[in-house]
Amino acid sequence: MKSKLSHKFLHAYGILFLVYLILPLLVMGGAAFNSSKFPSPLPWTGFTWRWFQELVADGNIWCFSFTDMKCGTSNTVWVALTVVALSVPIGTGAAILLNNLKGRFRMVLYAVMIAPVLTPGVVIGVSTLVFWFKFGVPAGLHLSILGQASFISAYVMLMVLARLQSFDSGLEEAALDLGASHWQSLRRILLPHLYPALATSAVLAFFQSVENYNTTQFTRGQQMTLTVYYGSRGRSGVLPTINALAVILIAVTVVATIGFEIWRRRSEAQKRLAA
Amino acid sequence: MSAMLRRYGGFITGLSIGLTAFWLLALVLLPYFNLFEASFRPYLPFIDIGGPQDTYSLNNYLSIFSHPTDVKLNFFGFTFLLNISIHLWVFILTIVFSCITTFIALALCYPLAFYLAKVLNPGRLATFMMILIIPMWVSELLRTFAWFILLAFNGPLTILLQDMGLITGGVRWTWALWGYSGVVATMVYVYILFMLFPVYNAMTSLDMNQIEAAKDLGASRFRTHWRVVIPHCKPGIASGCVTVFMLCVGSLLVPGLLNSPSSQWFTEVIYARMFDENDWNGGAAYAFLMLIACTVFVTLAMRLFKVGLADIAK
Amino acid sequence: MTASVELRGVSMDFDKYRAVDNVSVKINPGEFFSFLGPSGCGKTTILRMVSGFIEPTGGQVLIGEEDMHGIGPNKRPTAMIFQNLALFPLMRVWENISFGLEVRGVDKATRRKKAEELLELVELPGVADRYPAQLSGGQRQRVAIARALAVEPKVMLLDEPLSALDLKLRQHMRAELRAIQKRTKVTFIYITHDQGEALAMSDRVAVMSRGQIQQVDVPQKIYNEPANGFVASFVGENNIFTGELSSASTFKTDVGAFDVTTGQGVMRDNKSRLYVRPEHVSLVAKPKAGSNAVPATVEDVSFEGNFAVVHMRDKTGRKLAAELKNDSAAPPPIVGATTNVVFAKENARVLLDSDAVAYDGEE
Repeated sequence: MKSKLSHKFLHAYGILFLVYLILPLLVMGGAAFNSSKFPSPLPWTGFTWRWFQELVADGNIWCFSFTDMKCGTSNTVWVALTVVALSVPIGTGAAILLNNLKGRFRMVLYAVMIAPVLTPGVVIGVSTLVFWFKFGVPAGLHLSILGQASFISAYVMLMVLARLQSFDSGLEEAALDLGASHWQSLRRILLPHLYPALATSAVLAFFQSVENYNTTQFTRGQQMTLTVYYGSRGRSGVLPTINALAVILIAVTVVATIGFEIWRRRSEAQKRLAA
Repeated sequence: MSAMLRRYGGFITGLSIGLTAFWLLALVLLPYFNLFEASFRPYLPFIDIGGPQDTYSLNNYLSIFSHPTDVKLNFFGFTFLLNISIHLWVFILTIVFSCITTFIALALCYPLAFYLAKVLNPGRLATFMMILIIPMWVSELLRTFAWFILLAFNGPLTILLQDMGLITGGVRWTWALWGYSGVVATMVYVYILFMLFPVYNAMTSLDMNQIEAAKDLGASRFRTHWRVVIPHCKPGIASGCVTVFMLCVGSLLVPGLLNSPSSQWFTEVIYARMFDENDWNGGAAYAFLMLIACTVFVTLAMRLFKVGLADIAK
Repeated sequence: MTASVELRGVSMDFDKYRAVDNVSVKINPGEFFSFLGPSGCGKTTILRMVSGFIEPTGGQVLIGEEDMHGIGPNKRPTAMIFQNLALFPLMRVWENISFGLEVRGVDKATRRKKAEELLELVELPGVADRYPAQLSGGQRQRVAIARALAVEPKVMLLDEPLSALDLKLRQHMRAELRAIQKRTKVTFIYITHDQGEALAMSDRVAVMSRGQIQQVDVPQKIYNEPANGFVASFVGENNIFTGELSSASTFKTDVGAFDVTTGQGVMRDNKSRLYVRPEHVSLVAKPKAGSNAVPATVEDVSFEGNFAVVHMRDKTGRKLAAELKNDSAAPPPIVGATTNVVFAKENARVLLDSDAVAYDGEE
């Protein structure tokens, strides 16, 4: 049994670690409201909403044009949506295929599917760029979509495969036996079972696409996404509006987490009442 | 395959195979093979491609050794003069500082993993985890920027120390460690959770009785950890180290923002070669060098920790 | 609507393993037909071949005189009750039942009505909007039956549907299934390893072992006139004597020679045994001369409710059993007493050792 002293030390260490993780975010939060021109909470020169206003006013972010290649938000959104539209069907198809295979072949296929997750984003970016150039496809966000999809599909595949394990294939047989076509069996029996995994992986894919930097940076050509916009401006003068963005994102995350937790507890209580 | 056809019918089976084939061929295998092939070809103007000058060679890889320059190093007050290719030097430093980052992350995470797995009250664990996850959701970009602001010349850290009267004037936080201090400190923060979770997972499966048995037999706390806890957690530690190392080596954003004017990261070298020099084949070769470095590291980690690939892949 | 089912020389090989070996049987329309046998005998494989989930490697499966080769399970006029029921957990009861109609494009209102009618038929009103997880085992059974009936199959296939239920429920469901079958007049093909079930419910039974049919007959004949040693030992209890035929109707054993009836194909030189059912013997202190009698000592008497089983051993140590009706006028002998086990010639059947049964020296 470890002594009380060492336990106390570990408790303190745990708290310290939490502080270590949260403090930098609080720094950003503080900077978001500080009227000092340099993005920092110190020296505190007064409370202001200015950065939020500038964030909203920044033409490079809040535009929803599909043709303007500098449009950070719309680009980020359409890239992310396309990545989701690509990687969820691919990941699901791959998971279904893998689920029906066994032995050596399955292992090899699985390894190839996982490989992009382990590959540095830079390598994925370079290989995508060089490959499609051979076919005359120039750099641009369309290549970023392909590069991102190569590894995001793997995440989708893993989540769907895990969900498939809990599926009773006898249900598919029952559906066929009752006269359903293969397509009807898939749509009415298998997919409903997979919905939780499909939804979760779609959300995951979306956010992974939004925050992707390395692969996007190498494949985007002149086009811009939010992440790249902030990332590549950094040296030449960081935009204080990023702090405002951070505050919004953190607030949204915290609210969403708390909201999800409340909803989860409420639906479990309901289920217990209904049973 | 016939079982699948029977179960799903021709259309769905074909669709699954088609989607998988598109993914693995068009998005993964063919680009990699193409990259591999391109890395051996010379950088030629468009008309010369495919012509007599387009031969395979190792030149692109060997070019890392070209352009030797004099590098001045300050090492604890002693000045060394090194004549080395600048690309090779950056490559070495990238590896070295990624190792340092990995080690720091491990050192910081190990006690916490133990604390979360064994010491903390399970009721509190859920809350602790919830707070822990918040930086994860905030995205790498924002985590990086937080430290960019922190370590700025006249940033909050400086101001705080000034207010406490410890220093006067600004501090170049990112210029220490040959210009890599900012990069290392930030990468530790940005990637630390990738080290924590595998190690924590490994710890949870450790039986407390083993520790008590070791204590019972008279082992010191250090020895208990060294001989009981760490060996048990080896797969998790290896997994975490490999993940963090590869994230560090391949990091582009963090070095971009937190380098000093005189320091560079290998990913930036690749970027420059591709988009400043327009030498895509050379860029391909460098990308592969990076990949080889990661593979070597993974193999070494596996040897060192004596774990197999399946253990790491989690 | 109903149809006949015929298996012509059907075989099923899984790699080197022959699960079904050249089985031929014709099941009549509207018949309640059971395949009875121990696990691994091939009955499940046969059911899956009739339903269309696997194709036989040899022979033909005909439903309603039509060869079903190449026709998938969703195109055959069959409906199956799976062993684990396979109710769709994410659909309500009425959606489960009307699923077969849904995939045929029937509109929602009609489907709902039909589902409720079927729930009445299986005596389960009022649960239409519940989910399967909220029902008891017996209720789920009935939903599975309703679901299968909804598609108006010509042949209903049942895969050991009662094995997961407790005894009382099982007996109740036996009667229910039989009643439903008589009402709907659909051909039922039922597989089970429980001989009581098979005998009680079926018009005819096929006893199977190791991929081969041992006997197809009405239940009475299966029980009273088993074709070979396997059927005799699988169905019902027996007193078994090894020995050999010394004449057309005499069987010599180590406790005497008996007048016997011989079963199919039994001849002098085949290995055979003598089978006598416990309920066909009487215990007599002084047997008549010339009758079949074996002296034995009583070891144990177990009271089973409406009958008592007397366990005995003869002079060679062979175990014998007699089943006596619970009659206070003629109580069973006490432990330790000696008596004679007497049986008539018609009840003494000499049957071929079927090599489907493993005789490992047990008597």
